[in-house]
Amino acid sequence: MLGVKSLMLHKLRSGLTMLGMIFGVCSVISMLAIGEGASHEAQERIKRLGSTNIIINSVKPPEEQASTTSSRSFILEYGLTYNDASRLQFTIPNVHNVLPMRIIRENVQFGRNQEPCQVVGTLPAYPTMQGFELVAGRFLAMIDEKHQRNICVITKGLAHRLFPYQNPLESTIRIQNVYYQVVGMVEETGTAEQRPQQGEMEGEPLDNNVYIPLSTAKVRFGETLIRRNAGSFSAEKVELHRIILKMEDTESVMAAEKQISSLLQRFHEESDFELIVPLQLLREAEAAKRMFNIVLGSIAAISLLVGGIGIMNIMLATVTERTREIGVRRALGAKKKDIVAQFLIETVVLSIGGGLIGVCIGMLVPVFVQYFTSMETIITAWSVALAFGISGLTGIAFGIYPASQAAELDPIEALRHE
Amino acid sequence: MIAAKGPAVAAVAAEKAVEGNMATDSRIIIDLRNIYKIFQMGNVDVRALRGVDVAIEEGSYVAIMGPSGSGKSTMLNILGCLDRPTSGQYFLGGEDVSKMDDDTLSTIRGQRLGFIFQSYNLIPQLTVIENIQVPLLYQNVDMKDYEEKCIGLATLVGLEDRMDHRPTQLSGGQQQRVAIARSLVNDPLMILADEPTGNLDSKTGSEVLGLIDNLNKSGKTIIMVTHDDDVARRADRVIRLMDGLIDSDVSRNGSNQTVEDDK
Ligand SMILES: Nc1ncnc2c1ncn2[C@@H]1O[C@H](COP(=O)(O)OP(=O)(O)OP(=O)(O)O)[C@@H](O)[C@H]1O
Ligand SMILES: [Mg+2]
Repeated sequence: MLGVKSLMLHKLRSGLTMLGMIFGVCSVISMLAIGEGASHEAQERIKRLGSTNIIINSVKPPEEQASTTSSRSFILEYGLTYNDASRLQFTIPNVHNVLPMRIIRENVQFGRNQEPCQVVGTLPAYPTMQGFELVAGRFLAMIDEKHQRNICVITKGLAHRLFPYQNPLESTIRIQNVYYQVVGMVEETGTAEQRPQQGEMEGEPLDNNVYIPLSTAKVRFGETLIRRNAGSFSAEKVELHRIILKMEDTESVMAAEKQISSLLQRFHEESDFELIVPLQLLREAEAAKRMFNIVLGSIAAISLLVGGIGIMNIMLATVTERTREIGVRRALGAKKKDIVAQFLIETVVLSIGGGLIGVCIGMLVPVFVQYFTSMETIITAWSVALAFGISGLTGIAFGIYPASQAAELDPIEALRHE
Repeated sequence: MIAAKGPAVAAVAAEKAVEGNMATDSRIIIDLRNIYKIFQMGNVDVRALRGVDVAIEEGSYVAIMGPSGSGKSTMLNILGCLDRPTSGQYFLGGEDVSKMDDDTLSTIRGQRLGFIFQSYNLIPQLTVIENIQVPLLYQNVDMKDYEEKCIGLATLVGLEDRMDHRPTQLSGGQQQRVAIARSLVNDPLMILADEPTGNLDSKTGSEVLGLIDNLNKSGKTIIMVTHDDDVARRADRVIRLMDGLIDSDVSRNGSNQTVEDDK
């Protein structure tokens, strides 16, 4: 009560003293909130990839050989094959499902409307392994696969663009010169990594997808794709663009990764595939987050240290300034510990007060950040408790020295002090 | 009876009583025996007190006089348990103060002694009434029980309408009266005053002295350092110091106990 009173008398000084603490606490909370938000976003994305999934993509190998041979009639052959898919299915233990995919860029037409999109040849199991929501109709069925039927399922976004007025179901769309009947409409809920698009074309909507049976894709498009660009053309032969393996459980994922690599390496001379293991990404994200927290922790510790030193500095000045008062109090019966308590209360009030203001500002900053940058921020209770607790502890730690200096003053010496 | 205050103090007192020395005389409140106080100033020793022997009876009004630098304040500080003698013994109410630890000394100051300083020594950020309450803060008492008493003391020193003022808003005499009220709040046995009127004009001074006279009449032991013979005349005993030694010790009833020291 005494301590608070003398703080109130020096409002400006107390306020300035608290600034260090305020900024320390505020930066800890807001940085933790932003960090937490960022890593939460990353983790969510990875989790949506499926923690039991392993994704294998075909990758165009580095083009050293290509430049040496004639580029005119050269057919670049690379990537995953149907054989790979069945080998994986039968040799890797604990595989729940193997999903091969062909991804072909083509224009889709309906009447006069034309849209560039990804034609994805895949199996009926696709929705069980990817973020997917059936909006209308049905997905591909085994029977479609068996009979190589010309049916397709399109994404909602594409449906909107192709059929602004018509009901897409039971309509037919044209790809190259083949007509496909639309049997279903889906909404993609997956992440960018999950979707067939590889971001090859700027400004292209990410949900222009047409799903057709894998067997249909094989028959209609063949294995060699020819691309024309600026007069010359290049041909690529790719059997499968992607294979997704769903494992029985997360334990088998890490073991399977190595087995898959060595299995594929045996049949692929060049490294024309890449493995994406969401579980591993998740672990890496967690490790990165730990790292981030350590860095933040150090920054927080330093800023609180600076704040604490500021408080100590002022308190030492205050002790000198109030030496006479200390002498008077000692003469009137105050014990050393009473003097210690008085000055300690002052520092603790300063630092906790600064801490409180810091918490308030620190909780506002992430809200603004989220509002203006649309970055996700999460204020965790523990970060508030941590910042606040540390500010209190700093107050005590840095208050003890000035307070004991005050108490150790000799009563008469203190009384003589001018 | 004095020893009844504070268990630690009582224990020391009991021990002393067994020894059967001066403390058996209950009328003696202060007993200084061969007190030396030497200040170390670099290589030079300043001998502020060089073997002082004084016994003061309870309820007496003692003035300490002497030229500047003769050791008056030093002696008063030792009497007030603010300082310890370099050697010698000091019995306060029969207890040997020189052996007590810092906390016990604080307790004694807080419970049994009242101080009035030449420079008032009020705490500037507190109001009059809060200044009067300061000694109570360290006594583990419920402040509410003492509210009336504090107001009564403010009234006693004539500051009942100034209770919420701060020391800087008061005249010197008023400040000194606050200090007197403050010295009384813990019901001390003894009041120590170091030139309480040193900073006051003669009229205000005599008002303050009147208050102190009344305290003595109500049974408090007063020990006051002064330079002024007129002030000293109010006391019933005048001890004169000279170069750290007692030069003369005169009581009003006529007995002259001049101490001649051979050292
Ligand atoms: N803290 C100290 N350190 C060093 N010397 C001191 C200290 N206190 C007092 N002295 C010395 O002790 C002697 C007595 O000082 P004291 O203050 O007791 O004198 P005094 O009689 O009160 O004088 P005055 O009438 O001027 O107040 C002086 O020579 C002084 O210089
Ligand atoms: Mg003096």
